[in-house]
This record gives sequence, structure tokens and C-alpha cells, in this order.
Amino acid sequence: MSTFSGALTHAADVAPAAVAASGLFSLTWLLIGFPLAGAAVLLLWGRRSDKWGHWLGVLASAASFVVAVVLFFGMLGQADDSRTVRQHLFDWIAVGTFNVPFDLRLDQLSITFVLLITGVGTLIHIYSVGYMSHDPERRKFFGYLNLFVASMLLLVLADNFLLLYVGWEGVGLASYLLIGFWFVKQSAAVASKKAFIVNRVGDLGLSLAVMLMFITFGSVTFDGVFAQAGSASESSLTWIGLALLLGACGKSAQFPLQSWLLDAMEGPTPVSALIHAATMVTAGVYLIVRSNAIFNAAPTAQTVVVIVGAITLLMGAIIGCAKDDIKKALAGSTMSQIGYMILAAGLGPVGYAFAIFHLVVHGFFKADMFLGAGSVMHAMNDQVGMRRFGTIRSWMIVTWITFGAGYLAILGIPPFAGFYSKDRIIEAAFSRGIVVGLVTVIGAGITAFYMTRLFVMTFHGKKRWTDDVHPHESPSIMVVPMAILAVLSALGGFLLAYNNAIFEWLAPVTGFEEPHLAISSLGMEGISLVVVIAGAALGWFLYDRRPVAEIAPAGNFLTRAARADLYGDAVNEAVFMRPGQYLTRSLVWVDQRVVDGAVNGVAATIGGLSGRARRMQTGFTRSYALSMLGGAALVVAALVLVRL
Amino acid sequence: MNPSNYLYLSAVLFAIGALGVLVRRNAIVVFMCVELMLNACNLAFVSFSRVHGNLDGQVIAFFVMVVAASEVVVGLAIIMTIFRTRRSASVDEANLLKY
Amino acid sequence: MSAVSGLAVAAVSTVETSGNTGENLVFWVCAIISVVGALGMLFSRRAVHSALFIASTMMALAVLYVSLNAQFLGMTQIVVYTGAVMMLFLFVLMIVGVDTSDSLVETIKGQRLASVLFALAFAALLIAGIGAGLTHPAVGLDAVNAVDGGNVQGIAHLVFGRYLFAFEATSALLITAALGAMVLAHRERHTPRKGQQELSRDRVRSGSPQNLPGPGVYARHNAVGTPALLPDGTPTDRSVPEPLRGVSAAFTPNPQDSARVNALAAGLAAGAGTDEESQS
Repeated sequence: MSTFSGALTHAADVAPAAVAASGLFSLTWLLIGFPLAGAAVLLLWGRRSDKWGHWLGVLASAASFVVAVVLFFGMLGQADDSRTVRQHLFDWIAVGTFNVPFDLRLDQLSITFVLLITGVGTLIHIYSVGYMSHDPERRKFFGYLNLFVASMLLLVLADNFLLLYVGWEGVGLASYLLIGFWFVKQSAAVASKKAFIVNRVGDLGLSLAVMLMFITFGSVTFDGVFAQAGSASESSLTWIGLALLLGACGKSAQFPLQSWLLDAMEGPTPVSALIHAATMVTAGVYLIVRSNAIFNAAPTAQTVVVIVGAITLLMGAIIGCAKDDIKKALAGSTMSQIGYMILAAGLGPVGYAFAIFHLVVHGFFKADMFLGAGSVMHAMNDQVGMRRFGTIRSWMIVTWITFGAGYLAILGIPPFAGFYSKDRIIEAAFSRGIVVGLVTVIGAGITAFYMTRLFVMTFHGKKRWTDDVHPHESPSIMVVPMAILAVLSALGGFLLAYNNAIFEWLAPVTGFEEPHLAISSLGMEGISLVVVIAGAALGWFLYDRRPVAEIAPAGNFLTRAARADLYGDAVNEAVFMRPGQYLTRSLVWVDQRVVDGAVNGVAATIGGLSGRARRMQTGFTRSYALSMLGGAALVVAALVLVRL
Repeated sequence: MNPSNYLYLSAVLFAIGALGVLVRRNAIVVFMCVELMLNACNLAFVSFSRVHGNLDGQVIAFFVMVVAASEVVVGLAIIMTIFRTRRSASVDEANLLKY
Repeated sequence: MSAVSGLAVAAVSTVETSGNTGENLVFWVCAIISVVGALGMLFSRRAVHSALFIASTMMALAVLYVSLNAQFLGMTQIVVYTGAVMMLFLFVLMIVGVDTSDSLVETIKGQRLASVLFALAFAALLIAGIGAGLTHPAVGLDAVNAVDGGNVQGIAHLVFGRYLFAFEATSALLITAALGAMVLAHRERHTPRKGQQELSRDRVRSGSPQNLPGPGVYARHNAVGTPALLPDGTPTDRSVPEPLRGVSAAFTPNPQDSARVNALAAGLAAGAGTDEESQS
């Protein structure tokens, strides 16, 4: 780290201009094209593709990954300032001064995401072939997965905020479809709806941000916005930043929009691994890092970002401690880890690269652990309650090893990946202030505690199975992706951080600053390591040394609160749902009584009057003639009166 | 001779005709009353022709006569047809078109 | 036209005088006849009477037309109205049934009172309007009639001049009316025409196969309105044409006649009985 000097402090707003895509880079559109075509075929071709559909899905994702790798090496061959490539596909919207081209932007940041999405995505596709093999709707599942990959790639490759918004919504749609994949289950249907609705709140923030950008800068393209970011007033930048943060909170399940993520675990486990751990929930981090030019110029917004990240970090960790459902515990951990990333992203140039680094690494180990959890569930008749697990290590040694790699990585035990990424964030946090730093360290300690709890409850301790389970190792098609991810969890951090490779790689986009600490970074690493080991030891002591109750004990107040997701749902229900219900009920009442009453009343009045008036239609010609004569008399009378 | 006397007569005849249309039920008599009203109008036309000293009023009266003749022909044919089917010439009995 | 009216205005004082007693007399006589005719039409129960009353009204109006210097219209009124239209009415009345007499009881509530009120109000309004509006004396038609050498020539000049198209249109109207009347009055025959055979069968089926006795048979009067006597001596209304039923003097059978008839009948019966016996 000492090789790093302060001279390497690129500012993002002097990022090199994008060059038009040519040669190799004109393949960029294929990144999205492959999975999109896969999704189209799988979803439109119908049952005829049932037999080979899942392999097509894997192929589409893998092809996209191959293209990504090729583009990555092509980018490595470019000079540092010509690595930002823009591919113009077509003019999307051109109304007066409002021009939105359908442009893809490939730079260091987006290629990092592309590699993560397609790489982890492909592994999860492969894993799903085994995991979903008994599901009659497997083909549709792969169609949704491909749709998700395509949308996510569009999100990270878009060259303007409006196109990003399209991908953003596509990701939300795919997430909704996948969470509710088993929609015959009431809980899954409700969870998918909840995720969608909570995401809409965040989407509102993003759309507001896009509109504010257009008002402020007259443009929604990245270059157009970021180039003018310095010249705009700070208040408008702050508002844009807060709106972007609201969008990020929705997609990344950050406080106060965190409530959907835990319920989203109703989806199939590969979905949890791909969407709700590795990729989609990181979209918020991407958004903030991508908009670094705005946040750099809006310190207030940055502070809010840090606060949100810190709160979510602790919330997720506390919730993770209390959950007995293995997937929900992992989901709490995901919340917490993304809280780290958001916090880092809020620290400014000192944290962007670390946020992305942790994001990538987290993608490895969290996907690894989710797949491991899926493997355990697969073995345990789809049970998720950890209190009925225990000693599974003996039956599923490969899963134990791969999960263990992820476990050590999230704890941050050297040399596993999390050590490199999380420690950097803690250092950066301490450079910001002692409180923020302490939050991250405490978070790391709690993380160690609940992950240990999860790990030992599942793989160690006493056998607490239900009677009818017969654990067995998963088929190799599921094990191989887990193994690859385990290797990445173990070594990925070291490889990426070796010689600051990833930071230098990202620096042209995100900027980079070395954190300045009061104590040496080695001492810092020591402190956090001690805290982590203490947390892990506590977990070990409580859940391995002492027996675990098969039925969850009542627990103290904190435990009950954490089991209830820290009352996030209760607050939402009390603050939004109940008043909303009352509002709609009163509106229904108003509509039925007042509006309908007025309309129906007018109709009834006219109908009644007409019913009376039609009695004049007697059918007697002479009556009509009489009224005609009366009318003629009136006319004559009027004429005479006028003449007189 | 004061021309307004002719017009008064015309008004009286017209009113009698109208009253007949209103109170008589026999379709043929009603028709006669209509003819009486037309004749009253003709008288008014002819009187005004003399009042204003030109012949247009008489020509109009002539046309009224032609139209009235046509009307009588068709109207009586209709009454005949109705009588054939309903065995009645009362205008009150053809009252199906009502509320 | 302006020249004509100017000429007419110039002639006002000379032509129109209020003291034309001859015309006054004609007017009052005809006015009374016409109003009485109109009222008679209104109040008579029988349509035939109404038709006759209105015919008299139209005749009176024709005379008034002539006295209004509209000689052509006066003649036309007689020919068209009293000659053609009223005859058509009478024909239809004969077809429909000359005997139909209206009940004068009003069936629609309030109709009669309202009609009278409206009619009176209407007449009063018209009279008031005429009285208020017609202030200057009449121009008169003598000058205009003199332009073309007479009333008929003047009207011909207008009809075949300014009103030519309207005149041609009325010819189309007349043709259409004639065709319409034919179409309306025509009745499609849906059943085959009954011949002599069918008619006789119908008669036998009707229960009285023989002809009714002619009017006046076995009766003391040989008039059309006198009902025939049935073989048992009772009078039968069915031998009298419908319009005359009830109108003719009520027939009271002469007791002598009945006795004679009864005697005859008894003799016939006895004769019949002996015949039967002799035959057997």
C-alpha cells in the first residue's frame, strides 16, 4: 500500500472523453443481445423449448460472459485514457432539445460490473440447471434469469440516466417475476408484490433525479451531466443526490426501503444468490459510484449516504443475528454488506473504488454462500430453519468447504477476499471520522457473530433434523459453480487487490484517494481482526458449545425486534398502509356516496321527471293538436304583444 | 267595405275549424275541419291581396287549393285504409303510439 | 311591382269607399251563411250533415271571393272544393258507412273545455291583431286587374310567369297524390275470389239459406224502411238497410194481420199434415 502515493488522486470529473466504439468494441451490444435473445426465445417460444430451454439460457449467459472477457482483454490492451468506449446504436428520443441516444458506454467501471454479472450469472445459471431440475417451469425460470441478466447489463452499460432507468425497471420487473416464481404460494406472491411496490418508491427517486438533471443541466447523458456538475448550484446537486440515493435505497434495500429484501427470499435460491445478493441489489452502489461527480460536489448528500449506509449496516447485522431461516440470515447479511458499500460510496473518492471492490468480492462470497444454502436446502427437503439443521458437514463435505470459504471471506479472515475489501472500507471510514469508523468495526464484529452462528448451526453441533430428511451431497452441476465461487471467495480479494490493481483500474472513472489514518493501516487491520475473532468466538461459544433449542426461545426484546425485522414492516404498516387504507376507504365512500350519488341522483331525477313527462304522450292525436294550437296561440300572443 | 271584416270572418272560421279538429272524433269530420281552416286562410290571403293591391295573395290561395286537393285525396285514402283494418274512423282509437 | 303599387296607392281614394252598400250586403249575408255552416258542421252528429254544412260554407266563401275581386278563385273554389273535394268526402262517407254518427260525449278529460278556451283565445288574439295591425284602407284590385285586362289574365300572368316553377311542382304533387291514393286504397287479394259455388255454400252454412223476404213483404207498408215479417208474424230488422234501421217509423204489428197470418200458418200446417198422411 505504500507504493500508492498521493499523486494517484485522479478526480473523476477529468475522466477521459469517450471514444466511439470501433473494431472489437463494436461487439458491446452483444453483451445485452445474447441474454435478451435468450429471454425472448424462452419466453415466446413456449413449451416447445422446454427440453433444451435451460441450456439455451446457460448458453446465452455464457456467450455474454465470453464477449465480456474478450472486451476486457481488449480494454487492457488500450491506453488508460482511451478505455472509455461509447457505442451508438440508434437515436432513441429526439424531441427538440431533449435528445436521448441509445448509447452503450463501456469503461472500467461498467466492464467490472459486466464481468461480475455475466460471470456469477453464468455460474448461477449452471447451478440452476441442477437446482431447478424438478421444476416443471424450469424453462420459464431461465427465461426470467436471462431477462434479468439483459436488464442488469443494460443498467450498467447505459450511457445516460434515462437508458439506465430502463435497465433499472427491467431489473425490477425480472426481480418481481423471479421472487414470485412460485406464485401459487401465497407468501411468494405477497413477497413479489412487496418487492415491486417498495422498489417503485425507489424508482420514483431515480425518475425524479433524471427530471431534476434535465432541468438543471438540460441533459441526461453521463458526459453532459458530469461535465456541468461543477457549475451547478450546490442545493440542486444536493437534491439530485438525495433523489439518486432514494433510488439506490429502493434497489439496494437500504434503510428506509429495506423491508422487501428479507421477504424476497421466497424466490428460488439461485434467484436469491444472483439477484438479491450478487448483482441487482448492488445497482444502488453502482448508481452512486457512477454519479460520483454529483456526489463529490454535494457534501450534504454524501453525509446522508453515509448515514443511510451506517444505519443499514447495523440493522442488517442485527436482523441477521436473530433469524433462524438460513436464507433470511443471509439476506440480513446482504443488507449489512451493501450498507458497507453504500457507506463507502458516501465517503467520496476515498471510498468509491473500495465500494466497488467490496461489491465484486461480496458478489463472489455471497453468491457462494447462497448457493451453499441452496445446496443444504436441497439436501434437507427444502427446509430453511437452521434450528433443525446441524452436523451437516459430515454428509455434505464439499458444500461445507465451499460455504466455509465464503464464511471466512465475509468475516474478513486473511487471506480470504473479504479481508482485503472490508478492511479498506473500515480504513476509509476512520479517515472520515471516528464514529463512522466505529460503526464499521462494530458491524464487522456482529457480522462475525451471526455468520458464525449460521455456520455452526448448520454444519456443526448436534443433529436436530426432522425425521424424514436424508442429507446427501448435491449433484456436480450444482457443486462445480459453488467450488468456482469458493475459489474466487478465497483468492479473489488478494488477486484483485494485488498491487492495488483494481483501484488503479477503476481510478479513471471513480477517482482514488489513499485514506489518511492516525494509526498505521497494519494496526487498523489488527484491531478489526481482533473484533472479528471476538465476534466469531462468541458465536462459536453460544451455538456450538451450548445446545441449540429446536424451537426458537422467546428471547429478549432485542431478539424479538430483530426477528420482526426491527419493526420495519410494522412501521410501514402503521405509517403508510393503514392511513392509505383509510384514505382509499374514505375515497371509495366519497366516490360511492357523493360522486355516484350525484350522478345517479341526477339520472334518477331526470328519469323520474321523464316518467312523469311521458304521460303527456297519450297517443291521442287531439291532445297533440290541442298543444299545437296552444303553442300557436302563444306565438300569436307574442306577436300581438310585440306589435302593441 | 272595410277589408278587416273579411279578416275577422277568416279568423272566426279558422277558430271554428280548429275547435272542430280538437273536439270531433270522426276522422272524416276532423278532415273537413282542416279544410275549413285552409279555406279561412285562403280568405285571408284573398283579403290581403285586395288590401295590398296585388295578385300574389290570390296566386298563393290558388296553390293552397291545389295542395289541399292533393292532401284530401291522400288523407281520405289513408282514412279508408285505416277504416278497413280497424273498422273505425275514430281518431281516438289510433292511439297505440304512446308512452 | 313598385309601379303597380304606386298606381294602386294613387287609386286608393277613388276606388275604395266604405259606403259600398252592395258589397256590404253580400258580405254580411255570406258571412252569416258561412259561420252558420261552420257551426253546423261542428255540431251535427252525422258526418253527412257536416259535409253538407261545410259545402254551404264553401259556396258562401266562393261568393265572397268574387266580391273581393277574385273572380278566378271564386270559380275555382266552387269547382275544386264544392265540386271535387266535397264529393270525394261524400264518396268516402258512403264507403265508410253513411250511418256512422258520432257520440258527442267527450272521452279525454278536459279536452273540450281546453279546446273551447284555446279556440276563443286564438280567435280573440287574431281579431285583436288584425284590428291593431290593419290601419290603412285597402288598396283594391281594380287597378291591378286592369293591367292585364282582367283578373284571370292577371293570375295567369303570375302563375305562368313568376310562379312557373311552383306551378310545375304542384303538377308533380298532384300526380304523386293520385298515385299515392291509388296505392293506399288498393287492397291486395290474399284469398281467392269467391265464385257462385262458394257463395252458395257459405249461405247454406250460415243457417239461413233462403233469401230474406223483400222489404214490405207481409207488411202493411211497401216502403224500404218497413221491416219484413217472418213466417211467424214477427218483424225482422234484418230486412231493412242498416242506415234506415231505427230511423223508420217503429213498426207495430197489426193484430188483425197476426191473426190472419196465424190462421194461414195453421192451415198450412194442417195441409202439410194431410199431405203427409195421404202420402203414407
